[in-house]
Amino acid sequence: MLDVRLYLAQRITALLMVPFVLVHLAVIVWAVQGGLTAAEILSRTQGSPFWMLFYGGFVVAASVHGAIGLRVIAHEWLGLRGRVLGGLTLGLGLVLLGLGMRAVIAVVVA
Amino acid sequence: MAAVLQVTVHRGTAGARRAERFEVPSEANQTVLDVVSWIQQNADPTLSYRFACRVGMCGSCAMMVNGVPRWTCRTHVQKVVDRGRNGGRDGGRIEIGPLANLPVIKDLAVDMAPFFDKWVAAGAHHHPTATRADAPSPVRPDSAAREVANAGIECINCAVCYAACDTVAHNPDYLGPAALQRAWTLLNDDRDGGHEAILDAVSGFGGCHNCHSIGSCTLRCPNELDPMTAIAGLKRASARRVWRRG
Repeated sequence: MLDVRLYLAQRITALLMVPFVLVHLAVIVWAVQGGLTAAEILSRTQGSPFWMLFYGGFVVAASVHGAIGLRVIAHEWLGLRGRVLGGLTLGLGLVLLGLGMRAVIAVVVA
Repeated sequence: MAAVLQVTVHRGTAGARRAERFEVPSEANQTVLDVVSWIQQNADPTLSYRFACRVGMCGSCAMMVNGVPRWTCRTHVQKVVDRGRNGGRDGGRIEIGPLANLPVIKDLAVDMAPFFDKWVAAGAHHHPTATRADAPSPVRPDSAAREVANAGIECINCAVCYAACDTVAHNPDYLGPAALQRAWTLLNDDRDGGHEAILDAVSGFGGCHNCHSIGSCTLRCPNELDPMTAIAGLKRASARRVWRRG
C-alpha cells in the first residue's frame, strides 16, 4: 500500500540513517574504551547542538521509515486499508517521533 | 505392471472446494495437461479446466502443480512428480489445483478478469500517437530502449507470475508482475504516446512500489522473462519523475 511518495520517503530516510547508524555505533565503540558512566555520556551530549541535530535527525528519519514499514505490514498481514491505515501510519509515526524526541531532549537539554 | 500416477485434483466452486483422487496411467513424455485431459476423458467428464494451443503459446492452461504455478502443457510429469519414499516406482504423486490469487469459477478454471483488469489499471495498453494515414514509425532494433522493451514482450498472459507473487497474495490491490512488466515495455516503446499516463498509473497505492523484489515472478515465468527487473525499472522511472517535477 505504497505510492511513489511514501516509497521515496522510506528510501530517502533509509539513506539518511546509514551515516547515523555508523556514527552512532562508532561512538559507542570509541566511548566504552576504559569504561562508561551516565555522567560521561551526558557531559558529551548536554548542551551540544551537534548531538541535538544528529539524534534529532536520526529520530525523525527512523520515525518516518518505521511508520511506513509498519504500514505495509498492517496492510498485508492485518488487511487494514483506507483511512484506518492512513491514521495508523500517522499515529505510529507520531508515537515513534514523541518517544525518540523525549529521549533526545533528555540527553541534550542541560 | 505399468506405473500409475496418484493424482489429487482440487475441485468444486468457490464456496465448496474438495480434493479428489484419481489414478492415471504413467506414460513416457507425459505432460501435466495430458494427465488432466486423461482424467476428463476417462474418469470424470465433468472436470472443468482450460487449454487451447498445447504448445506454450496461448497462456490458458496454467495451474498449480504440487503447489507451484506452471504452464501445464509444457510441464513434463517426470520433472515435477513427487516420487515419495519409494523413489516413484508406483508412478509418484501429483497435486493439481487452480491458479492461486484468482477467484475460482469451477475446478481448475479461474476467473482471469481481475488479472486483465489490472493490465488496464496499470496503463498497460497502447496509447497511439499516429493514425493509419501516417507513415509507420521507424523502430531501431539496436536502440537501448528497444532492447529493454524486447526483453519483456514475449509475455503470453498465462498469470503464472501473478499466482506466484506473494505480494499479490497479501495485497489484492497490487497490480502484479505481468501488468507492470507490460507497462514497462510500453514505457520503453517510442511508438507509445502515454508515458506520463503509464507512470501515473504505476505510481498509485496499488502500483510498482509495493513490489518486495522477492522474485517469484522471475523464478516461475515459463518464458524466462524477468518481471522483477521490469518493476525495478518502473520504480526508478517514477522516482526520477518526482525529482524532475520537484
